[in-house]
Amino acid sequence: MSTTSLEGPPAYGAEPRPDPGPAPLAPLEFLRWTWRQLTSMRTALILLFLLALAAVPGSVVPQESVDPLRVIQWKDQHSTLTPIYENLGLFSVYESTWFSAVYILLMISLVGCILPRTKVYWKAMRARPPRLPRNLARLPAHRTFSTDAAPEDVLDRAGRALRGYRQDTTTDDAGGSVSAEKGYLREAGNLLFHVSVVIVLVGFAFGSLLGFKGGVIVVTGGSFGNNLAQYDDFDPGALFSPKQLKPFFFTVKDFDVTFIKEGRETGMAHKFSAGLDYQASPDQPTEHTRISVNHPLKVDGTNVYLIGHGYAPVVTVRDAAGKKVFSGPVIFLPEDSTFRSFGVIKVPEGTPKQLGFEGEFYPTYAFTMETGPFTAFPEDKNPALSMAVYAGDLGLDSGVPQSIYALDKEKLTKITDDAGKPVRVDLQLGNTVTLPDQLGSITFDRVDKFVKLQISHNPGGWIALSGVVLALIGLLGSLFIRPRRIWVSVRRQDGRTLVEVAGLDRSAGGDLAGEIDELAQQLEEKA
Amino acid sequence: MNHDQFGQLSNWSIVLAAVFYFAAFITHLAEWAAGRTVPADSEGALLGAGEALTAESGASVPVQVTAADRGAERGADDADDVEARVARLSAIGFRLTVVAAALHLIAVVSRGLAADPVRVPWGNMYEFAMTATLVVTIGYLALFKKYALTWLSPIVTGFVLVVLMVDVLILYDPVVELRDALQSPWLIIHVISAIIATGAFTLGGMASALYLIKDRWLRKHEGELPTRGYLARVPSLLQLDRFAYRTHAFAFPVWTFAALITGPIWAQAAWGRYWGWDPKEVWAFITWVVYAAYLHARATAGWKGKAAAIVALIGLATLWFNFVGINFFFGNGSQHSYA
Repeated sequence: MSTTSLEGPPAYGAEPRPDPGPAPLAPLEFLRWTWRQLTSMRTALILLFLLALAAVPGSVVPQESVDPLRVIQWKDQHSTLTPIYENLGLFSVYESTWFSAVYILLMISLVGCILPRTKVYWKAMRARPPRLPRNLARLPAHRTFSTDAAPEDVLDRAGRALRGYRQDTTTDDAGGSVSAEKGYLREAGNLLFHVSVVIVLVGFAFGSLLGFKGGVIVVTGGSFGNNLAQYDDFDPGALFSPKQLKPFFFTVKDFDVTFIKEGRETGMAHKFSAGLDYQASPDQPTEHTRISVNHPLKVDGTNVYLIGHGYAPVVTVRDAAGKKVFSGPVIFLPEDSTFRSFGVIKVPEGTPKQLGFEGEFYPTYAFTMETGPFTAFPEDKNPALSMAVYAGDLGLDSGVPQSIYALDKEKLTKITDDAGKPVRVDLQLGNTVTLPDQLGSITFDRVDKFVKLQISHNPGGWIALSGVVLALIGLLGSLFIRPRRIWVSVRRQDGRTLVEVAGLDRSAGGDLAGEIDELAQQLEEKA
Repeated sequence: MNHDQFGQLSNWSIVLAAVFYFAAFITHLAEWAAGRTVPADSEGALLGAGEALTAESGASVPVQVTAADRGAERGADDADDVEARVARLSAIGFRLTVVAAALHLIAVVSRGLAADPVRVPWGNMYEFAMTATLVVTIGYLALFKKYALTWLSPIVTGFVLVVLMVDVLILYDPVVELRDALQSPWLIIHVISAIIATGAFTLGGMASALYLIKDRWLRKHEGELPTRGYLARVPSLLQLDRFAYRTHAFAFPVWTFAALITGPIWAQAAWGRYWGWDPKEVWAFITWVVYAAYLHARATAGWKGKAAAIVALIGLATLWFNFVGINFFFGNGSQHSYA
């Protein structure tokens, strides 16, 4: 659609910008040129695409901030790619420099767009409707008719028909005209939307600077006190200090889960919940609660969520003389939805050499020649452990912090039997296996359960939320308010009154033909 | 009726709905085949009719390609006959689609009633796809008159038919209770808005695809308008763009609501973070950004028209990839892997 000079300030997005040409060399000019480039719609579009593209790798490569354990597993499996990915920041895409660069540029572009447009809008909002254009027939919607009614009457009727519009009426000897405009809020909505995007980002930043997110695995019967040392992983905001952690304490009393027994969803865990005894602070009384998915425990601004669960087989390791050297629940992490789980047992003291066990836990052990060992069901109906045994130095004293879910095998050797075959201990519930070379024995006593909890504090949430809600309101305004201008010109000609009605829809998808027809009809009928 | 019977009812009505969609699809193909033999006088009749139809006043029944102003040398009588047949087939196809939609609706509702306890039928991919296609059909039926959507009929019926077949044959899941994460009132509001937006984006994407096809044809023939066949009856580029824009403009705020408001609120309640860059969230965000780019592109010189239509289709691809791809490729890594 042609743009004519009578349009005044441009409607949303229709800003015609001259091509700024090649970059000038003078520093000030160059800055201005850069700014203009950056804030142009074309650049904004390209930045939007870059943002979309930059977000993709984060959905393909496991993310530190989403699932640290999967990152470790991934790194184990891909030794060549890991250093490259690490350099590119692909394990924390959304905190990486390049991702930040894209959205910061986009924000600058956004602000560079909002500011001048606010100024233009401020003027436009207070302006009178533009005067009657010289040639109404050039407008996209246009109707003409003649009538016997007096020009003043027609103008009067037009004024009433255009109620809700900002109007200016002019009269002269030959007749007169009405200029009318409405839909000013479209641009307001548009500006609100873009400002809100900035608000959302501020809220997001606020939350990630001042909040924290941590994860901990607790075996039933175990407890947790909210201090840094107790977390398995802890991801604080840049401005969050561990001293700000609220001093609550809880014990996981029990954990309930039901597994679906038939249908395609067989084996899916549902209705799981954990019973917690908690104290909001050491001087508060103990209270009992149950937490489950969608129902976290809220203590003092911090929330405790139940996000996962699994098995912790209880084993006892004895030395050759039968003295207990290790006993307790060991967390085995589920590897898939069948709850076949992987874990390690470390026995640092009491036996001639340090011992390490590494292997699988099967909740309902089953075996076929084709599949090898597997678990037939995720519930612990026939629990079994199958582990390889290592002896030597666990590397616990090397000073390098170690995952409790992996063995450092550098100074460990696999134990073999007399025939030189690696030893595997296969334990059914209650069984004991004696290890070769006077290394002792291991017993599988019972199965406990563990819960995976996420503990987090998200202070900027409400800012981000109100930002998005405002953005939505602005968006609705900018999409559905249709700014339009309508002119009615009335002239006395050859003893009759010639009426011209024309309109201009300034929205992005508008068509005023219907409204103009209707208005013309109204004026004609009453005339 | 008990829950099992409702489940049976749902299964049967979805199959029956697919049969009716198939019949409608065939009828619409016949409609266009019939129209092939005569020129569809696109410059005069179609553009004129289209213009009248986009008027807000709401317009007459869409099969309006009147042959009145055709020259006698073209064989006006023949053309009249053909146009009458085209109109009849269009009307039959439309009615078949209405029946199919009714059966489709019964299938969705009874699916919800089949669960014990009764719930909204949006618990897995099968149910999501079933409901999203229903939204596509309802959107199409509701806008049929206002935008004279005869040209969209074969595409909508064909698309819904194919998706339903895939849904029933591959994605089918027996009715089960909702898993824990889904037991929240936010399920209703979050998922239905995602479904509605998906349906509307899909409709808009169809118009954008046609825009590209027609644009290509026009370029190839150096601006000469098609006179025969399907493309001749597809409205002008301006109208295609306008229809695409309006459906997208409707869908975008709904998507914003689903992905960026109710999603985070629910995620905060269920998982302890309102935005965690879970693969599904990442792709919902990508879709949002691409459609935001579409709205901007449409208003930017040099991006209007063809480029904007391409952006819209990229948006649609990310949307459907998020729905299908995430579950199959990133199943274990996503907390959304059920949907």
